[in-house]
Amino acid sequence: MARQSTYTPAYTVRTLGAWGVALLLFFPLGWLMLTAFKTELQAIAVPPELFFTPTLENFYEVNLRSDYLQYAKNSVITSVLSTIIGLMIAAPAAYAMAFYKGKQDKNILMWMLSTKMMPAVGALVPVYVLAQKSHLLDSPVALIIVFTLSNLPIMVWMLYSQFKEIPREILEAARMDGATLWQEARLVLLPLAMGSLASTGLLTLVLAWNEAFWSLNLTAANGGTLATLIASYSSPEGLFWAKLSAASFMAIGPIVVFGWFSQKQLVQGLTFGAVK
Amino acid sequence: MNRTLPRLLMAPAVGTLFLWMIVPLVMTIYFSFIQFNLLQPDQSDFIGLENYEYFLTDPSFGAAVWNTIVLLSSVIGITVVVGTLIALLINEPLAGRGLVRILLISPFFVMPTVNALLWKNMMMNPIYGVLAQVWIFFGAEPVDWLTVHPLFSIILMVSWQWLPFATLIFMTALQSMDREQLEASRMDGANYFQQLRYLYIPHLGRSVAVVVMIELIFLLSLFAEIYTTTGGGPGDASTNVAYLIFKQALLNFDAGVASAGALFAVVLANIVGIFMIRMVGKNLDK
Repeated sequence: MARQSTYTPAYTVRTLGAWGVALLLFFPLGWLMLTAFKTELQAIAVPPELFFTPTLENFYEVNLRSDYLQYAKNSVITSVLSTIIGLMIAAPAAYAMAFYKGKQDKNILMWMLSTKMMPAVGALVPVYVLAQKSHLLDSPVALIIVFTLSNLPIMVWMLYSQFKEIPREILEAARMDGATLWQEARLVLLPLAMGSLASTGLLTLVLAWNEAFWSLNLTAANGGTLATLIASYSSPEGLFWAKLSAASFMAIGPIVVFGWFSQKQLVQGLTFGAVK
Repeated sequence: MNRTLPRLLMAPAVGTLFLWMIVPLVMTIYFSFIQFNLLQPDQSDFIGLENYEYFLTDPSFGAAVWNTIVLLSSVIGITVVVGTLIALLINEPLAGRGLVRILLISPFFVMPTVNALLWKNMMMNPIYGVLAQVWIFFGAEPVDWLTVHPLFSIILMVSWQWLPFATLIFMTALQSMDREQLEASRMDGANYFQQLRYLYIPHLGRSVAVVVMIELIFLLSLFAEIYTTTGGGPGDASTNVAYLIFKQALLNFDAGVASAGALFAVVLANIVGIFMIRMVGKNLDK
């Protein structure tokens, strides 16, 4: 690449513009992070205080008022388990469609996606009744099942479009050498598919972590996730912005940082291989 | 060719998804024909189409359908247009691009409930909110966003959340463009706008299809933002179809009417789905 064209006026304008846009879009989130370290009085000060002595008081308060760890535990359990179970169901299906091409594959893929088109609320009453009858209301188990199923179509799609990119010859060569199906899957396919499994898993994890509809409707204090906890702060009585910010900070912190590190994989997976 | 193995491998996914689709659907159809109140589960008389009539003639119904359409088209429009502009801006080299990317992508990972509360309290509050301060700074009267412009406020929040997603995908697509082709067009004397018109925009076609598809899927059932901010109000000003059904089901405990509404939502989703699958299917075949 030619370097001489780098430091032009256009370069400076572009840099300033891009930073301006980025900071503007990041601002609400940055503000939330700042507020988490203020006292309640500083949080609602007019005009807003930009310079203040940070306090960790809000974080202690949130832990005292509600069992943060219980909600966080549920978030981790439901998102991790639904991702793992989802991958175990989706990967074989995607593998079958990518490497044993059948006439119905396209239709099956489209049908799977169409199940995702049904708004969650359409299934709310039946799922609620079923959960109630099987005593799974307010339990993480119900959420794991629902998260797995509602993310499954996206997982199959992502894995399918990425598996398609793996050259079939490699697998065929292994088969020629007498590898059994299990060996082929474990020793040849798995190393090649690690990236796809990772990017699909990452996205599912983010989706499950942030999911609010089912968490709000199927769980309460015992089975609730962090999304449930945060929603409980939406009551209008009293303004507790600093505490709300601290709770939010703790709810989104892990997944946002996680997202920063995985953005490259996410893009590859998210575009269904349609964008390269 | 032996189809046993692939069928066996696909069976768990196809089977569970089939159950996930058919069981709720059959139950919903059944509930929609009976009188079914969650508070009195014993009374379940067959009442024919009464639930449908009730749902469709509900004064909130028309508003909910309209709001759903406005929400979907505005958010998709905003994210596609602004996302393209930002992607074009950061496609060329600039100082600190890595950090700019991280800042831009962050809102996508923010949980919808947090997003909603953050905007409702800290940004849009008419007294202490940041926007109010900005308005005062410029000598304007602060606006009580969620009361005066409820639907617009929701559109703003949701767009903020999905803009990074669109930007990220467009950015990836732009980076895969043929450098030599761009170089050649510059040699031939094409200016930036001509390149934009004939090279960049056509290249983005497929990624636009992907963005529209994913956003449609997730925005059709938009719920958390409305639940945590306006509660669908004031009146029905920010009620979408998903939220209306939720209100029937869990606030009015009328599972029968909610089921009729849910079936309507399924029909709506399928209309959108057919349109979408045509568009994306065509794009993915290439």
